[in-house]
Amino acid sequence: MHDLMVKTRVMEEQLIAMTKLGDGYFWIGGPGEEAWGVPLGMLVDKGEGPAHDYLHLHYRSSGIAVAMGVQIIDAIRQMRATATDPFSGGRNFVNHYAIRAWNVLPMTPTLEVQYVMAPGTALVQKREGGRGISIVNGGDAATAEGDFESCLIWSSRPGQELPVLILIGHNKFGISTPSSEEWPIQDLTQRAAVYGMKRALVDGNDPEASYLALKDAMDYCRETRKPFCLQGNVSRLNGHSSSTGGARINERDCVIEYEQKLLKAGVLSPEAAKAVWEKYRAEARDALDQVREEPFPAAETIHQHTFYEGGDVGSAGSEGT
Amino acid sequence: MATMAQAIRLALHYGEEHLGVSDIFGEDVGSPLGGVFTCTQGLRTAWNSPLDERGIIGAAMGIAMTGRIAVAEIQFCDYIYNAIDLLKLAGNMGWSSNGQFHLPMVVMTPVGSGIHGSMYHSHSFESVMTHTPGWKVVMPSTPLDAYGLMISALKDPNPVMFLPPKALLRTKGSELIPGEPEDQRKLHNMIDAPLGDRAHWKPEWPELGAYEVPIGEANLVREGKHGTVLTYGRLVGVCQRAVDELSPEGLSFDVLDLRTLWPIDWERILASVRRTGRLLVVNEDTEVTNFGEHLIRRVIDESFSELQLAPRLLAGAHIPGIGMAWTLEAASVPQQPEVVQALRALATAPGRDVATGGLTVPLQLPRYR
Repeated sequence: MHDLMVKTRVMEEQLIAMTKLGDGYFWIGGPGEEAWGVPLGMLVDKGEGPAHDYLHLHYRSSGIAVAMGVQIIDAIRQMRATATDPFSGGRNFVNHYAIRAWNVLPMTPTLEVQYVMAPGTALVQKREGGRGISIVNGGDAATAEGDFESCLIWSSRPGQELPVLILIGHNKFGISTPSSEEWPIQDLTQRAAVYGMKRALVDGNDPEASYLALKDAMDYCRETRKPFCLQGNVSRLNGHSSSTGGARINERDCVIEYEQKLLKAGVLSPEAAKAVWEKYRAEARDALDQVREEPFPAAETIHQHTFYEGGDVGSAGSEGT
Repeated sequence: MATMAQAIRLALHYGEEHLGVSDIFGEDVGSPLGGVFTCTQGLRTAWNSPLDERGIIGAAMGIAMTGRIAVAEIQFCDYIYNAIDLLKLAGNMGWSSNGQFHLPMVVMTPVGSGIHGSMYHSHSFESVMTHTPGWKVVMPSTPLDAYGLMISALKDPNPVMFLPPKALLRTKGSELIPGEPEDQRKLHNMIDAPLGDRAHWKPEWPELGAYEVPIGEANLVREGKHGTVLTYGRLVGVCQRAVDELSPEGLSFDVLDLRTLWPIDWERILASVRRTGRLLVVNEDTEVTNFGEHLIRRVIDESFSELQLAPRLLAGAHIPGIGMAWTLEAASVPQQPEVVQALRALATAPGRDVATGGLTVPLQLPRYR
């Protein structure tokens, strides 16, 4: 788990650096959510089709993606908007994954729309049997959109409950607006309680607590075929995005905290910890060098895929499936 | 002959039985009502959703993401505006994922005026919808076309917006749907739910045949030489009657029922316009940034040298609503007398002789006019 958290952090740092180096236009991502995202990615039943989990994510989900197997080089490709970007072919923002082979559904910067689609995939999963669930992840601020309420309603209709894991990564801000100005409550799962939904709150900066809470919630959805609302309180270490500069902010850092814990417990040696950071930093540097040589999408491709063009498409990027 | 509502229902039943349709849903779409226009009555996979347009479109997108085929109804197109960004998203899923996810879904929402629906039950949607790339957009004008277009929509791997004109939903056609009993009364007894308690009612479906109206294919419903009329939906009948009214004056027109608004059947449109040299577009959407303006622009781009005079658009007034009083509704959307007037002007105005560059001599009309 430490390894994947470091990998995610290094990847995000490289993506931010790319905006300063002229290798990308705009960064948005999730440094500070590694302890919340990585355990989730590890727990996902990964595959294609309703028998496996569907992921309705937002742009702070890099920990989930990396833990599922997304490689640093592919995020760098999307950041640089090269034709080799396996998620969007240079069309979408960075950290906007779309991976058909793993049920990672296309992401969009229009927030909260993912919540209104999750009941649709879950409805098919419930009807067709199996243990697959629909996982929807977003932030606290955008739960003000009606789509969050739609998700609660559609997932909890009497006798027609759906296996939707409704996640809220509460980072205390909507761009620059503090959540204290937006909400009279800070435990937003109270809204799920209105619908009789099972719910929990966890320290999203603690990867072990997050792992256990996520596992409990996922097991509940898998077994009962009903929804669960889970909030993880997380940090936002580099602000909202490039729009706020992407500079480091002094908040709890889950990667450093967890590393310190492992060092103190003697599970990890300082040398081993350093080696993990160096391994991924070298990987990220080499990846950027490689991606700089890769082509941008050709202008004449702008109309491609407006409509279905036949054949099966999509891969999980560099690792493949 | 089946009504358009019955035809849609028959097509959806065909879709359930033969095309893998898994969910037909929306507000009041399931039992007992079967849709406010009865388009979904008695269907095996129909269910009632919460009163939540965003939820309806979002759920359809989610179902389509699994590869299952969803049909979502928005009760009136006037109610769809709070889901516009989801429509945009459904249209760009394939593009933004570089071809990984296309959504096989149909959204059905009745459009247009003609039922004294006043505000929010009379408006048009095609100009907004054709401005949403990634969607195919169809609008039937007859029950048989509704049947064939719906079957094509259900077979299409892309999102398709199906826009039945609400004023035509209860009108009967003049052609039988494959498998439809000839006696309309018999069809009624078989598939229309009884009034009152429907708890134990089940439809008796006829053995339906396959029939497709290909998406992207317009239909030439009148053939003539004095001009081309491009129209669709409710106004197809109005334009046909207007053309027939002018026949004793010696005037004749091509009337093209577009049937599909995206993609557009340019081949048939340009062939007709190049032959007649004169173009009138008739629809009932508000006239500013109207879909008809695009049709005219493209015709000018492609056939300017073959046009005898400037193309015209006869459309709805650019006003915020359609009023309840019949006088207001009639003044807001094109009516038959206006179409007649516009057609007469189209045929008789002096135009450019495309061969010589000079002016054509105006047609001389009989004095009795």
